[in-house]
Amino acid sequence: MKEPRGRFLDELVSDLHGEPPPRREVLKWMGASVGLAGVTGCTRQPVEPIVPWGAAPEATIPGKPRWFATTLPASGGSLGVLVESHDGRPTKIEGNPDHPTSRGAVDAVGQAAVLGLYDPDRSQVVNRAGQVSTWEAFETEWARLLEEQAARRGAGLRFLSPPLTSPTAADQVRRLRRKFPLARWHQYEAANRDHVRAGALAAFGADSQGLLRLDRASVVLALDSDFLVRGPGAVRHARDFAQRRRETLAQDEPLRLYAVESTPTLTGGRADHRLAVPPQHFESVARRLAAKLGVAGVDPGAVPELARAEAWLDAVVSDLQSHRGRALVTVGEEQSASVHTLVHRINKALGAVGQTLELIDPVDPDPVDQTRSLAELCEAMRSGSVEVLVISGANPVYDAPADLGFAEALEHVPTRIHHGLYDDETADRCHWHLPGTHVLEEWSDARAHDGTASLIQPLIAPLYGGRSLHELLALAAGDETTSGYEIVRDFWSRELPGAVTFDSRWREWLHAGVIPDTAFPTRNRTASDAPLEFAEAGPPAGLEVVFRTDPTIGDGRLANCAWLQELPKPLTLTTWDNTAWISAATAAELGIENGDELRLRAADAEATSAAWIVEGQPDGTITVHLGYGRRRAGSVGTGAGTDLYPLRTVDSPWLRTDVTVERTGERIAIACTQTHHSMEGRDIVRTQKVSELRAEDGHDAAHGEEAEGGHGSHHPDLLTPHEYDGHAWGMVIDIASCTGCSACVVACQSENNIPVVGKEEVLLGREMHWLRVDRYYEEQEGEQRVHHQPVPCMHCEQAPCEVVCPVAATTHSDEGLNEMTYNRCVGTRYCANNCPYKVRRFNFFQYADTRTESLALLANPDVTVRTRGVMEKCTYCVQRINQARIEAKREGREVREGEVVTACQATCPAQAISFGDLNDPDSAVSRARRDARNYGLLEELNTKPRTTYLTQVTNPNEELGAS
Amino acid sequence: MSQIFHPSSNTLSRVSIFGALFFLAALAFTADAVHRSAWVTGVDVAVEQPVPFSHKHHVQGLGLDCRYCHTSVEVAASAGMPSTKVCMTCHSQVWTESEMLLPVRESFRSDESLEWIRVHDLPDFVYFDHSVHVAKGVGCQSCHGNVNEMPLMWKENPLQMDWCLGCHRDPITNLRPAEFLFQTGSDVPEFDRATLEAIAHEKGVQSLTNCSICHR
Repeated sequence: MKEPRGRFLDELVSDLHGEPPPRREVLKWMGASVGLAGVTGCTRQPVEPIVPWGAAPEATIPGKPRWFATTLPASGGSLGVLVESHDGRPTKIEGNPDHPTSRGAVDAVGQAAVLGLYDPDRSQVVNRAGQVSTWEAFETEWARLLEEQAARRGAGLRFLSPPLTSPTAADQVRRLRRKFPLARWHQYEAANRDHVRAGALAAFGADSQGLLRLDRASVVLALDSDFLVRGPGAVRHARDFAQRRRETLAQDEPLRLYAVESTPTLTGGRADHRLAVPPQHFESVARRLAAKLGVAGVDPGAVPELARAEAWLDAVVSDLQSHRGRALVTVGEEQSASVHTLVHRINKALGAVGQTLELIDPVDPDPVDQTRSLAELCEAMRSGSVEVLVISGANPVYDAPADLGFAEALEHVPTRIHHGLYDDETADRCHWHLPGTHVLEEWSDARAHDGTASLIQPLIAPLYGGRSLHELLALAAGDETTSGYEIVRDFWSRELPGAVTFDSRWREWLHAGVIPDTAFPTRNRTASDAPLEFAEAGPPAGLEVVFRTDPTIGDGRLANCAWLQELPKPLTLTTWDNTAWISAATAAELGIENGDELRLRAADAEATSAAWIVEGQPDGTITVHLGYGRRRAGSVGTGAGTDLYPLRTVDSPWLRTDVTVERTGERIAIACTQTHHSMEGRDIVRTQKVSELRAEDGHDAAHGEEAEGGHGSHHPDLLTPHEYDGHAWGMVIDIASCTGCSACVVACQSENNIPVVGKEEVLLGREMHWLRVDRYYEEQEGEQRVHHQPVPCMHCEQAPCEVVCPVAATTHSDEGLNEMTYNRCVGTRYCANNCPYKVRRFNFFQYADTRTESLALLANPDVTVRTRGVMEKCTYCVQRINQARIEAKREGREVREGEVVTACQATCPAQAISFGDLNDPDSAVSRARRDARNYGLLEELNTKPRTTYLTQVTNPNEELGAS
Repeated sequence: MSQIFHPSSNTLSRVSIFGALFFLAALAFTADAVHRSAWVTGVDVAVEQPVPFSHKHHVQGLGLDCRYCHTSVEVAASAGMPSTKVCMTCHSQVWTESEMLLPVRESFRSDESLEWIRVHDLPDFVYFDHSVHVAKGVGCQSCHGNVNEMPLMWKENPLQMDWCLGCHRDPITNLRPAEFLFQTGSDVPEFDRATLEAIAHEKGVQSLTNCSICHR
C-alpha cells in the first residue's frame, strides 16, 4: 500500500476509527514513535536563572513555607484555617486547631478554596456595559450617584448580598444607613436559615442558634438533619460525634444515632436506625414524636400510612426518654418552621437545653428573613423606587426563587452594579461589574458557629485588582479610609478596647487566628407551650420533589471549582452533574433507569434532570439538586448539569408537590466512579455490633495481633519478608468514624498536585484521585446500612505492583513505602493491572495544567507535577515524611510520634485516620493495629497491607432488632 | 544449477552481522560518552554571569565564609542566594564606582532582582536538601569543588544520579569534621578512616538509597 505523501497525523488517526489499520502502517508509526521518544531523551537541560530578592523581607527563607491563620466565612459559622504559603503563594489549607469550629480539620469546600483563588476564570477587570473600564471611572460615576442619593437620604439606594458574616461589614452597613437612612440592605442566599429563624422566633420570641453538645450526648435523633457534614459547625460536629462514639464504645451506653429522613444524607448513613419518610408525612412524624414525648399543645394527628413507623417511633421515644439530659433532637434547616418550633419543645421536654443543646444568639451579625428580604427588594424594583442597586457576592438572577421573577424585576432599576468574583449571570444583567477579592486576598472577620470571632487576613495581594466588600462599602459610604486593613482593624479597636495596647493584641489575634473569649454567651430561653398550628397538607398531586443543594458544589457558587466538580458526590459517587434521586421501586414503576433525562413539569415552570436510583430514597419522592446548569459560571461550571431553580418557589423552597415527572427519552451520560452497590459477598467492610465488641474484649485481638514476618500477617508466605529496622510507616482508617464527607480526597488533591480530568475522562474511568472513598450498601437485620471506606494505596509489604514493573519505577523502601518514581516510569501500566486495590492512576494525557499562569502558582513545590504517560498513586505524603526526617536529622534526633501527618489525616473532621510508625509500639497507629477491630482489606491475598481498617461498628437498639 | 550466492557472500554476511553488533556497541558507547561529556553535564565549563562575581576573590582573597551570602544552607533545602542588599553591605563602601558592579547598583536602586545563571541545576523531579547534608557532615567542597579557586563559577561534578548514588551508597569518605565544613580548597587535609568513622557514628550517618529520598 502506497500512502500519499504529506498526510497529517490527525488524518491517520481518524482513519484508525474506521477500517482496522494496516499492520505495516501501525508498525511504521510505532517505529517512528519509539525513535522520536529516544530523540526526546537527548535534550540538554535548559538554562535556568536564579532570581534572588532585591532586598529580602525579614525572616523569609526561600523554599521554606510559612503558615498564616485566617478564616473561611460561611453563614451561621465560619471555619478557621491555617494556610501554607510558599514564597508568597498560598498552596494548601489546613484546619486551625485553636478555632472552635475547625479544631484542626477542614471540609472539602474549605480545602478547595485555594483553587478558587487561582481560578483563571475569575473576573479580572471592571466592566461597564460590556466594555472594559476602570475603578477610577466607577468612582467618578459613584460620586455622582451618591450626590443624587444624598439629597434624597438614600431613598433609591439598595444593596443585596448573601447574609453578612463579617461583624465589621455589619458595622459599616449600620454607619452607611446612618448616612442614608432610607437606603436598604437586603440579604439572600439560596440555602438559608429562614426556617430555623422562624422556628426559633415562634418558640422563644427571639432568633436563636443551637449549639450541639454532642460530647455530652448519648442518644441523638436527626430529623432530616445532615449535621455531621453540612451546615454551621458541621466540622466540629463530626469531630465531637466520632470522638464521643469512640470513647463510649467501651462504656455501658455507647452513643446512638437515629435518623428520620425524607432524602438520604451522610448523617443518616451513620445512623444506627434510619427511617425514610416521604416529605408529606414528615410533619406528622414530628408531631407524633412530640406527642409521644409529652410535649403539650400538640395534636398527634393520625396517619394511617405510617402505621409501620409507629413501633419504630415508640422505641426511639423510649430510648430518648430513658436518657433525659443526654438526649438530643436536631432538625435540618430545610424542614418547615413549625417542625423547628416543635423540636425546640421536644428538646425542652427531654431536658436537652443546657445539656446537649445550648442556645445562643445567631452568629450572623444582622440576621433577617432572607426570602422576605429578597421579595421586598423585587417588589420595590417593580414599583420603580429602586434607582441604584448594588449586588455584592450574590447571584439572584440564577438562584432566586423563580416565582419572584428577579431577572425581570431587575430590568426596572436604572443603575445596576454587580460586585463579585465572577462575571456571572447577574453581572451580565448589570451596568457595572466590579471584580471582588477572594477570601485569601482580603482583610475581614467572621464568627465561628459558637460566636467566637476570628480575623481574615490576606495571603496574597489581590491578583486582579479586586476590592473587598469592606472597601466597596467604604467607597459606597464615601468614607475617607478605604483600606480593608484599616477598616477591620479600626472596628476591632473600637469593639474591644482594653488596657493592653491594641497593637500587641491585634498581632496575637492574627497569629492565633481567633480572638479569645468572644464566644457568644448561652441564652436561657424556654420554648413556649402555646398550641401549634399545622397546615394540613393534602395528598400531593404528583410526585413529591424535594430540593437540596448539591453535595459538593452547594448552591452553585462553587460551580467553577473543578476539584469539587470532580469530587464524587459521597452517596451516589457521581461527578460533574446533578442528578434526580429516585427510589428503585418508584423508578421501576415509572420505567426509569439511571441516566434517563426526566422532565419535571409544574403549572408555571419546568426543568430537567438526570435520574439516579438511590438506596434509602422514600418511594414516590424525587430529590433534585440545585447548583448546576449555570449559564455563566466559567469554563468549568458553565453547562454542567441542569438548573432546577426554575421550579423553586418562595412559599415552599425545599419541596414541591405539584410536579409531574416524565421521561424525555434522552439519556444523559453520568460520570460515576463506583456503580457497584454491594460487596459481592466479600469481606471488604466488616461490621460488628457493639455487643460483639464486648464479647471480644476478653480474649484480646484475634486478628489485630502482629504476627511474625511483617506487620499484620498471619498467612504462610513463600516470599522473603522485608526487614524494617528504622521506621515502618502505616495507616489505620476507622470506618466507624468516617462519615464519607470526602474532605480527605480534596486535601490529597491539593497536597499532591493531583489534576482533574473532566467528565469524558471520568466516564472512561480515568479519574486521578489518589484517595477514593468507596461506598457500599448492606442489609443487616432489616436495616439498610451504607458504609464509606476511604481507599488510599495499601503500601503492601508484598506488593503485586512492584514485581511486575519492568523498569523498577515502583519499588519498596526500607520503611515499607511502596514508592513510585515518576522519572523512571515508562507507562506500561502493568502495575495498575496487578494492583488488587485499584489505587494506581495513569496519566493518559497531559492532565496537569502547566500552561495556565495562575494555576502554576497553585502547585505544591514539594511534589513533582506529573506529565503524560506516567503512573502515580498515594505516597503516604512522602514529602511530609521526608520533611520530618530532615528536620529530625538536623536536630540529631529520631522522628517523633505525631510529627508526620498525612494530608488526609490532617483534614479529617472525624479523626478517622491515624498514621505513624508501626515499629514504635506506643504510637497511635500501633495501638490502633492492636485493636481487635483491625483488619486488612483483601488480606487473604497476603499482600500484607500497611493500610488497615477498623471495623464498622453499629449500636442497634435491641427493641428494634430484626423488625 | 549454479550457486545463487557468490562465495564472497560468506564473508559479507559475517562482516555485516558482526559489523552490526559492533555498530550498535559503538553507538551505545558514543551515546554514553556524550551523555557523560561536559557538553551535557557542564562540568568544568565556567558560566558567564551578568556580574562577573569571583568566588576566588571573595573567598580566597577576602576570606568570606560561605554562609555570609548563602545564609540558609544550614536550615533549609535551598542554600539561599544573597539578595542585592547583601552585596551592597560592602559595595556601598568599596568599588562604588566600578563599571562591573553597575547591574548590582541598578538592582539595588530599582529593587529589581539580578538574574544569575544557575550553575548547579538539578532536574525538577529531584529534591535536594542542603541543610541535612551539612548537618550530617558533608562539606560544601564535596559537591561544589574548590570554590575558593574559581574566578567564575563552574561545576566540579556532573550531578548525575550515579554520582549522587556513589556517595549515598558510601557516604563516609565525603564526611569531614565540623570546622572544615565550610572550607574549600586544596589545603583541606585528608582525614583518616578512623576520624571519618567517628564522625559517621556521632552524626548517625546512614546510607539512604530509597528512590523517595530524592524523588517524590
